[in-house]
Amino acid sequence: MEFAEHIKTANVEDVVLRQPLQPPSRGTLCITGHHLLFSDREESDSRQVLLLLRNIDAIEKRMSGSSGTITMKCKDLRVLQLDIPGMEQCLNIAHSIETLSCLDCVSAMYPFFYRPVDLSLPEQWGLSSPEMHYSQMKELYEKWRLSTVNRDYSVCPSYPPAVIVPKSIDDDTLKKAAKFRQGGRFPVLCYYHKKNGMVIMRSSQPLLGANRKRCKEDELLLQAVIEGSDKGYIIDTRSMQQAQQARMTGGGFESKSFYDRWKRFHRQMERGKALQESLIKLVEACGDESNNMDRWLSKLENSKWLSHVQNALSTAGLLVECVERDGHSVLVHGSEGTDCSLLISTLAQLIMDPCCRTMEGFLGLLEREWIQARHPFQQRCAHSAYSHARLQQESPVFLLLLDCVWQLWRQFPLALGFSEALLLRLATEVYASDYGTFLCNSDQERCALEVKERTHCLFRALLRPTERDYYSNPLYERTELAIWPSVHPQSLQLWKGYFLRWTQQVRHLEEAQEEIRNMVIEWGKLARS
Amino acid sequence: MEHIRLPKVENVKLLDRISHRRRRVGTLYLTATHTIFVESEAGVRNETWVLHSLVCSVDKLAATPSGCPLLIHCKNFQVLHFIISKEQECHDIHLSLQRLSQPESYDELYCFSYKPNVDEKERRQEWDFLDLKADYSRMGLPSSLWKLSPVNQHYKVSDTYPADLFVPESATPPVIVGSSKFRSRGRFPALSYYCKDNHAAICRSSQPLSGFSARCLEDEQMLEAILRSNPCSDFMYVVDTRPKLNAIANRAAGKGYENEDNYSNIKFQFVGIENIHVMRNSQQKMLEVCELRSPSMSDFLEGLESSGWLKHIKAVLDAGIFIAKAVAEEGVSVLIHCSDGWDRTSQVCSVACVLLDPYYRTLRGFMVLIEKDWVSFGHKFSHRCKHVVGDPKEVSPIIDQLLECVWQLMEQFPCAFEFNERFLITIHNHFYSCQFGNFIGNNQRERIELRVHERTHSLWSYLWANRTDYTNPLYRPNHSQTQGLLRASTSPYSFKFWKGLYNRFDHGMHPRQSVEDYLRAIQEETQQLEEQLSSHTQAIGVTEIAENLMLAIIKQCFGACYVAAE
Repeated sequence: MEFAEHIKTANVEDVVLRQPLQPPSRGTLCITGHHLLFSDREESDSRQVLLLLRNIDAIEKRMSGSSGTITMKCKDLRVLQLDIPGMEQCLNIAHSIETLSCLDCVSAMYPFFYRPVDLSLPEQWGLSSPEMHYSQMKELYEKWRLSTVNRDYSVCPSYPPAVIVPKSIDDDTLKKAAKFRQGGRFPVLCYYHKKNGMVIMRSSQPLLGANRKRCKEDELLLQAVIEGSDKGYIIDTRSMQQAQQARMTGGGFESKSFYDRWKRFHRQMERGKALQESLIKLVEACGDESNNMDRWLSKLENSKWLSHVQNALSTAGLLVECVERDGHSVLVHGSEGTDCSLLISTLAQLIMDPCCRTMEGFLGLLEREWIQARHPFQQRCAHSAYSHARLQQESPVFLLLLDCVWQLWRQFPLALGFSEALLLRLATEVYASDYGTFLCNSDQERCALEVKERTHCLFRALLRPTERDYYSNPLYERTELAIWPSVHPQSLQLWKGYFLRWTQQVRHLEEAQEEIRNMVIEWGKLARS
Repeated sequence: MEHIRLPKVENVKLLDRISHRRRRVGTLYLTATHTIFVESEAGVRNETWVLHSLVCSVDKLAATPSGCPLLIHCKNFQVLHFIISKEQECHDIHLSLQRLSQPESYDELYCFSYKPNVDEKERRQEWDFLDLKADYSRMGLPSSLWKLSPVNQHYKVSDTYPADLFVPESATPPVIVGSSKFRSRGRFPALSYYCKDNHAAICRSSQPLSGFSARCLEDEQMLEAILRSNPCSDFMYVVDTRPKLNAIANRAAGKGYENEDNYSNIKFQFVGIENIHVMRNSQQKMLEVCELRSPSMSDFLEGLESSGWLKHIKAVLDAGIFIAKAVAEEGVSVLIHCSDGWDRTSQVCSVACVLLDPYYRTLRGFMVLIEKDWVSFGHKFSHRCKHVVGDPKEVSPIIDQLLECVWQLMEQFPCAFEFNERFLITIHNHFYSCQFGNFIGNNQRERIELRVHERTHSLWSYLWANRTDYTNPLYRPNHSQTQGLLRASTSPYSFKFWKGLYNRFDHGMHPRQSVEDYLRAIQEETQQLEEQLSSHTQAIGVTEIAENLMLAIIKQCFGACYVAAE
C-alpha cells in the first residue's frame, strides 16, 4: 500500500487548530500515512497534537474565499477544527483525511507500523491462551477437557483452536453439534463458578429451521453439561417472537421436547443497527446546544441508550441469579453468539467472580470473552457516532459493555481494581489504536495477518508498572461477595466521563479523582512509615 | 395524648416499597410524638421511628384479604406501607395519625416538647452560635456606604422583615418608609450581600405597587441610593424573578414591576421562575415518578421530563448565575424581587451567594446563609412546610429547591464544598420535623411572639457539634475549582436526578459502597499519624539536628519498613 498517492499536500504552515478546552493555536500541520500532526509555533512550551487518522469518524469542509475550515469529528467524540490557508491545500488535506481515515486494508493499519523504542515485540501476544487458562483451573480437570477439535479453524472459524467442553463428549460429537449451530459455534464453557461448580456456557443459536430439525449430538453435549444436576437454564437474548421468527431463516431455539431438562428465558436485547442508532442519537443529544431541559430529557429518553444499559445489567443479573443463587448451569446465546451473549456473560462474571475484578482479571476476561471468543471488532467498530457512511455491521456492543462496567464501578466504587480511566482508554482504543488487540474479526484472521507476531498487544502494555499505576483504582478492596447492581432507573446514570468527556465539567470530576488518589497515597506513605 | 385512639397494634406488616415480596412483621405503637414500628422477627430488634410532624399524608386503602393497607407519606420522602389485619384497628390508627400529624396550633409542635439532656445555660448558648451581624461585618459592614437602619425596630415598617436591616447610607427614614409603602407587604429594598472588593451589592425587596402607571418618588430615590452606594458603577440591574406574563398580570392588581423610564439608570430583567403553585405540582408529579414500582428507563425519563422539576431547578440556578456574574464580573449592584420577595427572591439571593462567596460553601457559612436569606428575611417556613394545619395552597417546596441547587453544584464541583450531601439532607429533614425552633413560624416577629429562643433548641449548634458527619473529605479550600466565583454549567445534561433526597429511604437504589466513608476513615487515620509524627518532633525539639535525629529514630523503630517505603 502506497500512502503517498493519497497525500498531495503533506505540510501546511499557518494553520489554526481549535480543540475543546484549549485556546486556539497557530502552527504547522503535517499529514502522514497514519497520522495528523500539528505543532505549535510557540518556541517555548510548544504543544503538539498527534492524531491517528483512523480516529477521525467524519469530516466537514467549508470554504470561504481563499481559505477553508475542516471540522474533524473523532471516534473518541472529540471535535477538532482546522483553519487552513489556501483553497487547494485545504481540499488536498481534506481528501487525504477522508481517504486515509477509512482504509479497509488491515495489514496497512498503524499497529503494523507502531514500533515504540521502549517496547519490543512480545514473545507472547496477549495475556493468556485457552490452553493456559485451562491448565490453571484445576477444578475443571475432573469433568471438563480441553478440545483441539478446532485446531485448524475448520469446525468453527470464529472459535480459537482450543475450547473447553465436557469430558464425556468426544471430538466427533462436537463436530456434529457444531453443524447444528450457526457459524459452528457449538456450546463451550466460558465460566466455572468455583463456589458451586456451576458453569456458564456460550454458543450461537441451534439451526432448527422451519421443519424443526434436531441434533442428537447437540442434545448430548448439553445433557453432559448438567450431568449430576436436575436442570439447567438457557438465556436467549432474543424475545420469544424473534426466536420463533429465526426458524424461518434456519435458526431457532432449544425446544422443550428435545431439551427437557433445560428451562428457557427470553430477554430481548437490542443489537446491530438499532444499537448503533441509539449511540448516534445519544451523541447527538449531548451535542445539542439549545439549552432546553425538556428537549434534553426527551432526546436522552429517545436515544434509548440508558434503556439498553438497564437491560444489559438486568439480563446479566438474571444470569448471576441462576448460577449463584439458584445454583444451576446456564447456556447463553442469541443468534450469532458474538455480541449480546458476550456482553452478558462478561458482566455476569464481573458481578460474581472477584478474580475478574482486578486489573489483570478484567483484561484477561476481555481477552477470553471478546478477543478469543471473537467479537467482530473490525466490523462493529469501523465507525462511531459521527460518521455519515452508510451503516453496515457497526454496533457499539463493546462500548455498551464498558458503560455497564462503569455503572458497576459507580455502585461499587471499592470493588473493582481498575478506574474509570481504564474504561475510557479501552473505549478509545477499540475504535483507533496503536495496538493490534482490536484488529480483525477473529482469531483465524489474526493468524492469517500475523497480528500476533507483527503488532503490540494493548493488554500487555496496560499492565506495565507505570500504566498499571495510572489505571488502578486507589480505593480497591477485594470483596468475595457478588456485586449485585441496582437496575432502577434512578440508579443508572449517563456516563459523562465518556459522552461529555470534552467538557469543562468532566475536568472537575477528574480533579476530584486526582484528589482521591493523592489522599490514598498520602495515607499509604504515613501508614508505612 | 387524647388524640391516640389506639396506642398499639400487633401483627402489622411493613412492606418494602421496591419489592412487595420483602415484608417485615411487627408491632405498631403510637406515642404522642412518634409512630414506632418494632419488628418482631428473627430476634433482632429492628425499629422504625417516624415523627408525627414529618407525616405529610395518611391514606387508608381498600381492604384486601391479607388486611387493610395504610399508606403514610412523609415530608422527608419516606413512604411506609403498612398492612393492618383488622379494619377497625386500621381505621383507629388512620384517624389518630391524621390528627397527630396536623397540629392545630404552634404549641403542639414537637420543638416545644423536645427536651434533650441539655441544661438551660447550654440551651441558651445554642442560640448564640450564629450571629448574623458577624456575617455583615465579615462583608465589611457597616461602612461609609451602607448602614444598619433602626427603621424596622418593633417591625413597624414591615412586619415580615427582620428588625435589623442594612440600607444605603444616603437612604433616610422618610425615603425608606415611603418606599416601603410602595412595595407589597412593606418589604422595601434592603441589602442581602455586599462584595467589599468591588462594592457591588445584592439587594432584595417585594414587587412595587406600580400598577399600570403609579410612581413613588421615595422608591425611585431608594433605588438611586442603592446605585450610588456602588461608586464604581453607573447603572444597576433590577431582576424580577417571575415570568413576564405573571408580572404583567400583577399590574392589573395594582402591583407589577419597575418601569425603566421612571428609575434612573436601571436595567430591568425578567428571569422566569415559576410560582409556588407550579413548583408544588411539579414536585408532586416528580414524586409520583419516584414511587413507580418498577418503571422502565423510558417511564422514568418521560415522567421526569413531564414533571418539569429539573427545568425549574435549572431556572433558579440560571438566575443565580446571572446575578453572581453581574456582581463578580461586571461589578454591578442588583435588586432582586418576585411578588412578596420571600420565595423566589430568597432562592436566587442564596444561589448567587453560594456561587460568589466561598464562605457560604463552608458548613458554618451555609448555616449563616439560610439564617440570613430565609429565616431572617421571612421565608414562610410554617406555611410552606405545613407545620400546622392551614391552606394547602400555601405549601410549596421552595426551600427544597435551594438545597437541590446547592446539591447540583456540589456534584459539579466535588472539591468546592466543605459539607456533604448528608448535611443538606439533614437540614431538609429539620425544615419539616419541627424538632428545633429555627424554622417555626413565618418570620422573625412570629418567632419572638412564640418565644422560640426561650423555649426550644437550635439546629445549627446541633449540626456543628456533629460536624464530622457532615464534612466533605474532598473539600479543598485552595483548589483552583474552589476559588472565587463558581463557574457552574447549566447545560441540561449537567443536572441529575437527586435520588439521595427523593429516594432517600429506598436503600436498594443507592451505591452499595461509599467512597466518602472510606475517605473519611483514611483522613482520620492520616491526621492521627501526622499528629503522632509531629509530637515526636516536638518532644525532641524542632531543630535541624533534632529532625535528623528523629528520622534516625524512626528508621530505627520501623527498620526495614521505612527503608522499603523510601
